[in-house]
Amino acid sequence: MTTNQQEVLLKVENLKMHFPIYRGVFQRQVGSVRAVDGISFEVYRGETLGLVGESGCGKSTTGRTILQLYKPTSGSVYFEGVDLAKLRREPLRRMRRKMQMIFQDPYASLNPRMTVEEIIGEPLQVHEVASPKEIKERVKELLSLVGLNPAFATRYPHEFSGGQRQRIGVARALALQPSFIVCDEPISALDVSIQAQVVNLLEDLQEKLNLTYLFIAHDLSMVRHISRRVAVMYLGIFVELADRNSLYQEPLHPYTQALLSAVPVPDPVIAAQRKRIILEGDVPSPVNPPSGCRFRTRCRLADKICAEAVPEFREVKPGHFVACHMVK
Amino acid sequence: MTEYLLDVQGIETHFRTPEGVVHAVNDVSFNLKEGETLGVVGESGCGKSVTMLSILRLIPSPPGQIVRGKALFMGQDLLQMSDTEIRHVRGAMISMIFQDPMTSLNPVMSIGKQMCEPLMLHLGMSKKDAEARAVQLLGMVGIPNPKERLKDYPHQYSGGMRQRVMIAMALSCNPKILIADEPTTALDVTIQAQIVELVKRLRDELGMAIIWITHDLGVVAGLAQRVMVMYGGYVIEEAPVKDLYAHPSHPYTVGLLGSLPRVDDLQHRRLFSIEGQPPVLYQTPQACPFAPRCKWAIERCWKENPTLESISDGHRVACWVNIHDKGARS
Repeated sequence: MTTNQQEVLLKVENLKMHFPIYRGVFQRQVGSVRAVDGISFEVYRGETLGLVGESGCGKSTTGRTILQLYKPTSGSVYFEGVDLAKLRREPLRRMRRKMQMIFQDPYASLNPRMTVEEIIGEPLQVHEVASPKEIKERVKELLSLVGLNPAFATRYPHEFSGGQRQRIGVARALALQPSFIVCDEPISALDVSIQAQVVNLLEDLQEKLNLTYLFIAHDLSMVRHISRRVAVMYLGIFVELADRNSLYQEPLHPYTQALLSAVPVPDPVIAAQRKRIILEGDVPSPVNPPSGCRFRTRCRLADKICAEAVPEFREVKPGHFVACHMVK
Repeated sequence: MTEYLLDVQGIETHFRTPEGVVHAVNDVSFNLKEGETLGVVGESGCGKSVTMLSILRLIPSPPGQIVRGKALFMGQDLLQMSDTEIRHVRGAMISMIFQDPMTSLNPVMSIGKQMCEPLMLHLGMSKKDAEARAVQLLGMVGIPNPKERLKDYPHQYSGGMRQRVMIAMALSCNPKILIADEPTTALDVTIQAQIVELVKRLRDELGMAIIWITHDLGVVAGLAQRVMVMYGGYVIEEAPVKDLYAHPSHPYTVGLLGSLPRVDDLQHRRLFSIEGQPPVLYQTPQACPFAPRCKWAIERCWKENPTLESISDGHRVACWVNIHDKGARS
């Protein structure tokens, strides 16, 4: 895959997001949760970049920080060449039209007191891009686009099932015709048979509207299905980034290898033959990450150098990045 | 009769709600042999948990009511037992672990105290013996420094550790059956793999039977010997694990398997999606509950609810259509 010739839509450089911890009477800062701790990557127009990792690894924070929902501690986020981290107020607000988000919980992310029309029309209203009459029309269009009956516009969220609510969330994200959407675990709260419906919808919309997705999930099989390239996060940093097939077929980082081997395969014959790498223990705290390589405390290959030096996130094969001392 | 450890016959459970009587479990029958692992698969609301809770009589009543059925455990009907007898069964013979270990543990009681309580209550151990046994159990489920960690409270344990504690507690009285209700759903894949390996090891060491309730067809494939698929409160397919994945014969099972992307898929294929949503049944259905979502439905499906019929050794399906003749994936 010659990704180099494609247009870079989003470029993240050494992005850090640290949340301060305050203690005591005077609320002095005693430390910080290093949720995202220096990541750099690019997203090309029209692709889906999958982002996987265990809970607490910083994948959702990455998505939110890119959209400037959190103000990054340091680093840059270039969207169509403009550094979002430097923008304030009105210019940032205008950029926000181009980047939207779909949330994990379709129950918590829709206001129960607003009708579907108000929910989907709100971004249009806030950004003052359409008259009330146009908004009504646009909402109907959006509803049919996501496979819902336009007549549902006057209903309230509680009248819909989980899968339908997620469709409403998708319609809201599409209202301002964005080019980039962060999908933050959009299917994990849904039942298995409904997950496929939503994923198929996202794929159809991508094709139709030339959307770019950052797809955050912990379900590695689904990420493989939907993404063109996949990044693996561990404790605030990227440990591996490669196109889908090379990552899943030849994972280089020991963490990726363990993660992939832990995914259950729905086939008893293969499941019986597969060798699993069982990781010991839990993820360390992001307040005090281990020195050197952050994965070394659970790594079966860990050596002296891993405690001393931070492994560089380097390109070992074209398009295949990995941060590990043991990978030659 | 006594060859089965657990023989469940025609269980039916209803819930009274303001909208009407919900038929949550409908004529569910299954059995379990000693040392066997049964996977129970289905989406939320399909009745898989309620079935198991009914057997243990843990259904809150009202609004719940077990309308009919038998649950023979070593020849004795659990549903006819006195409260004292069923308490003994629940404590020492059949244990259950749940999805969220945090809500199952008491947050203001140390782990050690919570573990010793059932040992002293059900097995009549002294405090000293119970503590020694608790340390042994924690060690068995792979908790480092079990002696020191007894004094800790649940919030000092991570999610995976808490689930290990739950397993240790469930095993403390050497149960004959362990019922696990989505024990790994709230956990990350790496921790899930740890727990599944642990349960497999303990099963082989202790020889207990397991009922593993899940919505994840992946976990069951590597763990169970037999799988039962539920939909709308009915068992719609049951088969030995290899048979089920190689020859799924109910349109719903076929759909579920087709809707799963696989981590070993090389080609990008469109996911098979089952349109529509699972039903909530307010009365005994006159049609197949899956018919509205089924692409193979024929006229008969709308008139009669199919019963479970045997199609090969140990493989039972509730469907009027032989979907293999109609070009379903083999």
